[in-house]
Amino acid sequence: MGATHLPATEFDGTGADDQLEAEAEAVLGKPAARMVQLLGPDGTLGGDPVFSKYAERLDAEKLRGFYADMAAIRRFDQEATALQRQGQLALWVPLTGQEAAQIGSGRASQPQDYIFPTYREHGVALTRNVDLAELLRQFRGVSNGGWNPKDTNFHLYTLVLAAQTPHAVGYAMGIQRDQKLAAANAAPDQPQEPKAAVMVYFGDGASSEGDVHESMVFASSYNAPVVFFCQNNHWAISVPSTVQTRVPLADRAKGYGFPGIRVDGNDVIAVHAVTEWALERAREGKGPVLIEAFTYRVGAHTTADDPTKYRGSDEEAQWRAKDPLERLEKYLRSGGLADEAFFAKVRADGDDLAAYVRRTTHDLETPDIRSAFANTYAEAHPLVAEELAWFEEYSAGFADEADGAAN
Amino acid sequence: MTVNKFNLPDVGEGLTEAEIVSWNVKPGDSVAINDILCEIETAKSLVELPSPFAGTVTELLVPVGVTVDVGTPIISVSDAVSGDPTPADVPAPMYGNLPAGTEPAPGGERSDGGAAAGGLAAGPLVGSGPKADAVRRRPRRTRPAIPADPVHGDPEVEPAQPRSAAAALSTGADDRLVSTGSASEGVPAGPAGAEKPTFGGTISGIVNRVLAKPPVRKIARDLGIDLADVVATGARGEVTREDLVSYQAQRDAEVDKADTFWGKSGRPQDQRIERIPVKGVRKATAKAMVESAFSAPHVSIFVDVDASRTMEFVKRLKASRDFEGIKVSPLLILAKAVIWAAARNPSVNATWVDSTDGDTAEIHVKHFMNLGIAAATPRGLMVPNIKNAQDLSLKELALALNDLATTARAGKTQPAQMQGGTLTVTNIGALGIDTGTPIINPGEVAIVAFGTIKQKPWVLDGEVIPRWITTLGGSFDHRVVDGDLSARFMADVAAILEEPALLLD
Repeated sequence: MGATHLPATEFDGTGADDQLEAEAEAVLGKPAARMVQLLGPDGTLGGDPVFSKYAERLDAEKLRGFYADMAAIRRFDQEATALQRQGQLALWVPLTGQEAAQIGSGRASQPQDYIFPTYREHGVALTRNVDLAELLRQFRGVSNGGWNPKDTNFHLYTLVLAAQTPHAVGYAMGIQRDQKLAAANAAPDQPQEPKAAVMVYFGDGASSEGDVHESMVFASSYNAPVVFFCQNNHWAISVPSTVQTRVPLADRAKGYGFPGIRVDGNDVIAVHAVTEWALERAREGKGPVLIEAFTYRVGAHTTADDPTKYRGSDEEAQWRAKDPLERLEKYLRSGGLADEAFFAKVRADGDDLAAYVRRTTHDLETPDIRSAFANTYAEAHPLVAEELAWFEEYSAGFADEADGAAN
Repeated sequence: MTVNKFNLPDVGEGLTEAEIVSWNVKPGDSVAINDILCEIETAKSLVELPSPFAGTVTELLVPVGVTVDVGTPIISVSDAVSGDPTPADVPAPMYGNLPAGTEPAPGGERSDGGAAAGGLAAGPLVGSGPKADAVRRRPRRTRPAIPADPVHGDPEVEPAQPRSAAAALSTGADDRLVSTGSASEGVPAGPAGAEKPTFGGTISGIVNRVLAKPPVRKIARDLGIDLADVVATGARGEVTREDLVSYQAQRDAEVDKADTFWGKSGRPQDQRIERIPVKGVRKATAKAMVESAFSAPHVSIFVDVDASRTMEFVKRLKASRDFEGIKVSPLLILAKAVIWAAARNPSVNATWVDSTDGDTAEIHVKHFMNLGIAAATPRGLMVPNIKNAQDLSLKELALALNDLATTARAGKTQPAQMQGGTLTVTNIGALGIDTGTPIINPGEVAIVAFGTIKQKPWVLDGEVIPRWITTLGGSFDHRVVDGDLSARFMADVAAILEEPALLLD
């Protein structure tokens, strides 16, 4: 396993633990041959030599919380889709089918961790306490972002495929340096800041982007505390994942020299366990991990997409049978961990959330486009002033619209 | 009581129009938020629209089959009933998305007509997605209006009125904004969109206005009759109640609309020509047929068959307990016969494959039968196929045929169901036709046309007796299938129709 630990750098004070890594790889074996799964589609809990002990940390209340989160985000997804169909949102990116991958991984993160999402991580946003109504601002076209990432350590959605992966690795290398600096300057009795890691989301389609390759090379070379969380939802718009790769995506990690694990992305318990393991490992300075959550985008790529044009309903039906919510519900009910009242409350909460989102979406105000000019530079800039003047003149040129406002 | 109007949203990215395929509600129905109102077809897909309002449907503003621009109001819902579950009423300026800037506001007396003309930018952009505005042109100070725009000009300045003959449904006096009519009514000589070529199925320019009294209009609406289709006999050229009754009787008798089809000879020639854009399935069909007809040398042969035993067999199957509830038709026997005959003459179940360099070619003989059935569907001609039909029992084949037909008729055939066909059957007999020369489905080398089966005089043992006779037609790609082989194949199919018991062989 000598190749796993690449040449030391001036910043490499963490000391890679070759032994533990070798152990992990020995346990994981060939990711091609196996996929970590704890909760099967039939709702029975299985075991895993490494990850069962992580699953054991979950008490009934946490599991109920997972269910409530997944149900809430699915209900939110439906409402947002309806809002788009009603002309209230310009576009919507549905997540249905990927709830377990997102809630499981998001709930495994700590507040000090920093998350880089794509544009479909509504479930992760929920776990990071992003106001879901704010999340819709971008999809309504009234904001370039929607929330303040500093409040939640949940970065803004990135619409350019894979562009967030180099950002994430850079951020992780920054954490590494901050920690080294803090350790060097710390007084002996000073309490330590909690260690942090970075998690970056991307999809099977984005895995083909050069950015991902470069990110993984850097992450490995510098042993950065970053977890690459790939949701393989099987379809990059109309391109099946078999076109993106001939080997399981998780296997690619070997080429970079860090562990790659394929996990059942519709099993919230396994996703949580694997992500918790990977994040702990990264925080401890043991380097990056690639997690491939094997899941399925049950709905369309976006509301502008029609999946019936490129895939059969039998395939969708197969995956619906592996529904993440249904299997957890079966487990909770059969284990007596939740009663009917709980599920009724989850449904009621979902409707409340939907009503809240609907109300706030209608109330979202269109900002004055002049704010875009005002926020381009911190200080006044002659070019921006010139462009603003042109815009003012242009807008004043319309016969019936004295105020010449935006749009 | 507030009446809310739902404007057609842009459900894709940058779509400008959509067709109403079906309404799930009717006036008087009460709806809740997110109840499905209708299905629309865009350039990208079929989409269901959920209701943004709760209340009672007061009016459907666009009839089925009509294509309207994004931003056009399609339904009005009154919140008179059931509290106010609408959390926030959509701000009024949404109506401004009507492209009124280029046209007189349809039906100027409309209460929200003013909003259409001005104040667009005052409120948030809601109601129709961003593209609704992109379609619209606001008047510029330097060019106060755009009357100079040629009538047949840039499609982007077209009004948002439904482009259909249904435009004649209502008059300007009818201020309820019923569908469409007031638009053309309000602009008798102006840059009226009503003169544009339309696809609506009626000749453009003929049906600018139809006169009728309000009660007659109501009856027509209730019966779903387009007044433009009715012959008017009233003293002033108006449609009378009697006209409607007679039209309805005609329609009931399924007499076609020949009376109203021909354009009056006094009309200018270009108004008597209906322009139908070639798109979607029609376009695909045209392309496939041209490709096939000009790349594969077709040879067609025909054979008359005494199908009396097939008819008896079908009759017995219908009566049998095994086939209870399953639709059985002679097509089932033909399908089975084609599969049987293909196994004995494998070259008909093949593909001609040109190599990429164009110099060499291969014939790929398929050792499986994906049996295509040409089907007339609401969306045009489609050829879905039954995969691995060779493995199906008679009963399974019957079920597969029914399933395929039901799916196709509902317009829900999936692309995958149309791919990979190996041989096609076209059942022109269903339309009463004896035979024809079918064009081979691209990628295949044979197609069988099944003519109608009817009693004809037939000579049997020197005597003329009435028998159930049909004609089989077949077209073959002569590059692959020579005359003798196609003849043997057709003779084998015919043999089964003459004696289905051979299938037991």
